[in-house]
Amino acid sequence: MPLIKNGAEIEDSWTFIEEGAELPSSGCISLPLAKLIEDPDTILARNQQIGVRLAPADDPHELTPFLDRIALIEIDFPKYADGRGFSQAQLLRRRLGYTGELRAVGEVLRDQILYMNRSGFDAYQTSRADLPNVMKALDEYSAYYQPAADGQTSVFSRRHAKA
Amino acid sequence: MYRYDEFDAKIVKDRVDQFRGQVERRLSGEILEDEFKPLRLQNGVYLQLHAYMLRVAIPYGQLNAARMRKLSKIARDYDRGYGHMTTRQNIQYNWVALKDIPDVLEELAEVEMHAIQTSGNCIRNVTSDHFAGATKDEIMDPRPWCEIIRQWSTFHPEFAFLPRKFKIAVTAAEHDRAAIRVHDIGLHMRQRDGVVGFEVHVGGGQGRTPIIAAMVNEFVPESEILDYLEAIMRVYNRFGRRDNKYKARIKILVTETGPEEFTRLVEAEYAAQQASEKIALLQAEIDRIHAYFAPPAFEDKAETSDAFERAKAADPAFANWAKINLHPHKQPGYTSITISLKPIAGLAGDATDSQMAVMAHLAETYAFDDIRVTHAQNVVLPHVALDDLYTVYRELDAAGLATANESLITDMIVCPGLDYCNLANARSIPVGQEIQKVFSDPAYEQDIGKLHINISGCINACGHHHVGHIGILGVDRKGEEYYQISLGGRADEKAAVGQIIGKALRHEEVPGAVKTIVDTYRDLRTSADEKFIDAVERVGVEPFQEAIYASE
Repeated sequence: MPLIKNGAEIEDSWTFIEEGAELPSSGCISLPLAKLIEDPDTILARNQQIGVRLAPADDPHELTPFLDRIALIEIDFPKYADGRGFSQAQLLRRRLGYTGELRAVGEVLRDQILYMNRSGFDAYQTSRADLPNVMKALDEYSAYYQPAADGQTSVFSRRHAKA
Repeated sequence: MYRYDEFDAKIVKDRVDQFRGQVERRLSGEILEDEFKPLRLQNGVYLQLHAYMLRVAIPYGQLNAARMRKLSKIARDYDRGYGHMTTRQNIQYNWVALKDIPDVLEELAEVEMHAIQTSGNCIRNVTSDHFAGATKDEIMDPRPWCEIIRQWSTFHPEFAFLPRKFKIAVTAAEHDRAAIRVHDIGLHMRQRDGVVGFEVHVGGGQGRTPIIAAMVNEFVPESEILDYLEAIMRVYNRFGRRDNKYKARIKILVTETGPEEFTRLVEAEYAAQQASEKIALLQAEIDRIHAYFAPPAFEDKAETSDAFERAKAADPAFANWAKINLHPHKQPGYTSITISLKPIAGLAGDATDSQMAVMAHLAETYAFDDIRVTHAQNVVLPHVALDDLYTVYRELDAAGLATANESLITDMIVCPGLDYCNLANARSIPVGQEIQKVFSDPAYEQDIGKLHINISGCINACGHHHVGHIGILGVDRKGEEYYQISLGGRADEKAAVGQIIGKALRHEEVPGAVKTIVDTYRDLRTSADEKFIDAVERVGVEPFQEAIYASE
């Protein structure tokens, strides 16, 4: 499945390890939140990069103590209509200060990617859109009313910016 | 009225281009209907029984002549010559072809209109008091804050895929004409020690589970309201139920969590917001938006008008209309008029393209270019000089727009029902028309006084039957249409859900039952001044039940 980040299609070096499966001894691995929380010190001490995948009901605050030792957070959209991931992303970026890769996985539709980008995602794993389409989706608007996690100045403020 | 600046115009233009692309991808087969659905739904396009339906946003119900003319043109060019005013102060077109919708949106953009977020599980059109800025009983004009909330909620990236649709209403008058207590969020503007703020009600709604909203905060100052709304929305987005679409509205979250615990969650989320997360709306921006809503240039006039009094004396039909369809204005010598879209045996809320053109002309010529759509599916000209009233009335009358029944029993809220809607179980329109015929004698109708009948063709309650003084709900019994009647509902500041009075009635029994209810009320009221809803509150539903079901 294509992985798009920073305007390019990139090689995916991460492997998601399902709940209950054995952890491989090398390579970058992403784990369910529950798995990490079981024994964070041992897992984060492993000699490999560790990422986490959040399910929609997961509370991102549980990651607070580990954020500086995590290299990837995946937010899963099992159904496109389940928008909890947008709030998880905003919390991670704006409240908890996470700066690493934030990847949308699951049912990621082309026309949701702009909202995802604004909510703080920077990588999209999607079977529903190719690179040119994703780039187009990100470029469809040039002004936004409200501040979000993408650092854009809101229209409310731009109207009063000194030229 | 608010006017777009370069940013507003660009955002709406970008939307038209984006939607044109989406429709092209759908028509070419590049995306399938199930992928197109969430896209069209965020833009007011529904697939109905016969065709696609397009719902156009009328923010807080306000139009001007140019916009009304455009709506008229769209009705003529793309529909079958009419539009349907909705209970959310929007307009719907029932016969628009999908391929034409991008062109319709482009035409709308020319007059600063759009169809953004008129459907889908997102924040919908913000609604308000249709007499805002004109009525005597408001403490301020709520429209500037409606506009600010409109902008804040437009394409909000975090709240576009909520558990379910989300409706916000704002009022600033003691008498609540915006039905804020049956909205997901209802805001009542207040003033405290010179500070403007909002009383915040959350979790009201109709549908399968009618609930009156809980007050979660008595006073949120205006400088904090958007941040407070963000906190409510985030709690809902994270914790609202997504396992069952009928339990997904915020009212269920508030009820199941308990209003106290829900309030605690909101307050905790609000308290956790860091400075960098705040919207930090500048006072200059608040002032900029308020400036668009400055009162029109009224002339100094006396409270009464000789021309008006003379016309009433000369034309009894006008006098009768003026008795019923006017609302007191804050400016001496002016009034607000309701243009009823509920003629006897008409289609509730429908206006033809030529009627829309007449309303546009009158607004421009006599009413400071201001028009409102009401949540009762009528139209209002909020600022008309008493001196001009007779002229306005005659033009309305010539266009079939002078029905004198505002808030009377024939002024019903009626959903499209089985005639148009693919959710409905029963027809609504014919039932409403048959009831209207029973009460078509103006003397009889006026003797009854204020009485709201609301009719829904299914449990989704688009016809607001739960909060009708008399509510009528269509249900399907083995392929036959039956109607359940409730009494005592109301949507105002004393909001209450009506009580079902007994077993559902067959279609043909409904008009007679309504007449029995009304005549029972006339017999038991303490005087002609006791309104129907007050009498029901005093005596309960039993006398009415007895009158209808006693013979069985």
